[in-house]
Amino acid sequence: MSDSGAGAPAAGGRRSATGDEGAARDSYYGKPILKEPVWTPEIPWYFFLGGLGGASGGLAYLSELRGSEVLARRAWLIALAALGVSPVLLISDLGRPERFLHMLRMFKVTSPMSVGSWVLAGSGTTTGLAALHAMTGRLGSLARVARPAAAALGLPLATYTGALLSQTAVPVWHEARRELPALFAAGAAASAGAAATAMTPVEHAGPARRLALVGAVAELALVGAMDRRLGELGQPYHEGAGGSFSQAARGLTATGAMLLGARAQRSRAAAVLGGGMMLAGALCERWSVFKAGFQSARDPSYTVAPQRRRIAAARTRANAAAAAATGRKP
Amino acid sequence: MKLETHAWPGSYGEEAKPRVGFFTDTSICIGCKACEVACKEWNHVPASSDGFTGHSYDNTSALDADTWRHVAFIEQRKEVGLDGAGGSLVQSATLDELIDQAGLGTYQEGDGMRWLMASDVCKHCTHAACLDVCPTGALFRTEFGTVVVQPDVCNGCGYCVPACPFGVLDRREDDGRVWKCTLCYDRLKDDKEPACAKACPTNSIQFGELGDLRDRAEARVQALVQAGAEQAQLYLHDSDDGVGGAGAFFLLLDEPEVYGLPPDPVDATRDIGTTWKAVGVAAGGLGVALAAAVFGGRR
Repeated sequence: MSDSGAGAPAAGGRRSATGDEGAARDSYYGKPILKEPVWTPEIPWYFFLGGLGGASGGLAYLSELRGSEVLARRAWLIALAALGVSPVLLISDLGRPERFLHMLRMFKVTSPMSVGSWVLAGSGTTTGLAALHAMTGRLGSLARVARPAAAALGLPLATYTGALLSQTAVPVWHEARRELPALFAAGAAASAGAAATAMTPVEHAGPARRLALVGAVAELALVGAMDRRLGELGQPYHEGAGGSFSQAARGLTATGAMLLGARAQRSRAAAVLGGGMMLAGALCERWSVFKAGFQSARDPSYTVAPQRRRIAAARTRANAAAAAATGRKP
Repeated sequence: MKLETHAWPGSYGEEAKPRVGFFTDTSICIGCKACEVACKEWNHVPASSDGFTGHSYDNTSALDADTWRHVAFIEQRKEVGLDGAGGSLVQSATLDELIDQAGLGTYQEGDGMRWLMASDVCKHCTHAACLDVCPTGALFRTEFGTVVVQPDVCNGCGYCVPACPFGVLDRREDDGRVWKCTLCYDRLKDDKEPACAKACPTNSIQFGELGDLRDRAEARVQALVQAGAEQAQLYLHDSDDGVGGAGAFFLLLDEPEVYGLPPDPVDATRDIGTTWKAVGVAAGGLGVALAAAVFGGRR
């Protein structure tokens, strides 16, 4: 029998440390343990647009309350455009698109996708009514309910997508479960602010500019927090497509925010350019998270290493408890 | 020993059947792949081919939409028998005894090669992440305590695919839906054992009531360890592990990751509270940011 396993690469290109020949000791021929997601490029685009639309609804409603009609009308339009496209993206991602209504067969709190489907259905409907009212002045009584509902539903819509990713076995997503919803909320704020800043005359765009800047600062801070949380599991954010998108996201968000903060009060051109860069930055941020998940699932060492550490820690705890029980110092 | 799942037997009342499963004893697997073939035949699973992988005798590579039983082949240099024991007669005698008497058929004598084979399958977890995240209810818990996809409900959203800590579920390309082992739900309803267990010539795949299987496995692993197979271990038999124990569990002769299995798998739903709390905080923060931006400045 030939030693055919000897040439198999160990996980992550590293050789087995135990010195065994044959199959690598820490993986099965370097093959993934998890399945990579089957989700298509529509999904990161939806994460971006759902966040944009959700936060824009809130911006529009609050601007109305403040009496900023010019800004409110544009924010409702942005929300309508973003949430009009979102269901199309999600349906086209399905393996059986004609069965999209099966998403509303039940409501399951253990499934962020189920919760999100209902939130999107409600948010899309109410945003449509609110935007129609903002444009035509019709449907007044319906809009009185729809506008605050759209604003309120926009908040979970912009954040549940973080939960959607973290409720998987993919280490780079699951271990970032405390940060991902906030990161997506920050991206939503940044993109809603940026889009409205770009589309609104500068004298009416003050709230949008402030929202964009708050979002950008939070987004950059949360990327750092997530990186610290993940430690070496966060390597997919530093290499391959996940790394490239992450770098682009940070560069575009920071540069766009600086331009928007420095010049957009006076120059519409700066508002459009800075806002555009920030939108691109928020989109790249979603793409980096999306791609990092695939990289994390593909390499078995990301799956095995933290689980091995967990086992070792549990053993240490058990030994210490046993030692304490018998009255000896551990 | 706790066998209850969230929906079984509670939601079935009188109609609940005993929870059944597989005990796959890899120490007597001979790598014949009869389980793979029987599964394909009975369940009309489409043909799949990766060609020749060069990974020992494994040409199906992993469980996926078209492979519901997968036999892994692992070749290891291991000191076995007289030649490999480094001249220690006591050690070689122990190892020979292991081969002859404990029925450890996977040890190959002669050139010091150990050949591990193991038939992998959907684990039918007690806490099944795939079932928890499925938004349509296509994945459900049967009256036998197993986890099954309903093909007439699945809309191919793909959420279960990265949710499974074992990488079992997969979407079939040309079909768009997710497919996996059903533990031969149709055969169970007819009081027949699943096709793979029926076809297994060495009883490496044992089907039965889960409680009985766990008792049997416990006795088997103790016998192997006493005979000197120090690394022999049960995998997913423990109700306290990260998936609450599995309906399909294994006796392994090396660490799980050697077979392509996660050493300490966890059902992500365990952390759903943390996750929704993070969503609540983030949504609240977004609301505060919006209000501050709109009302927090002069223009």
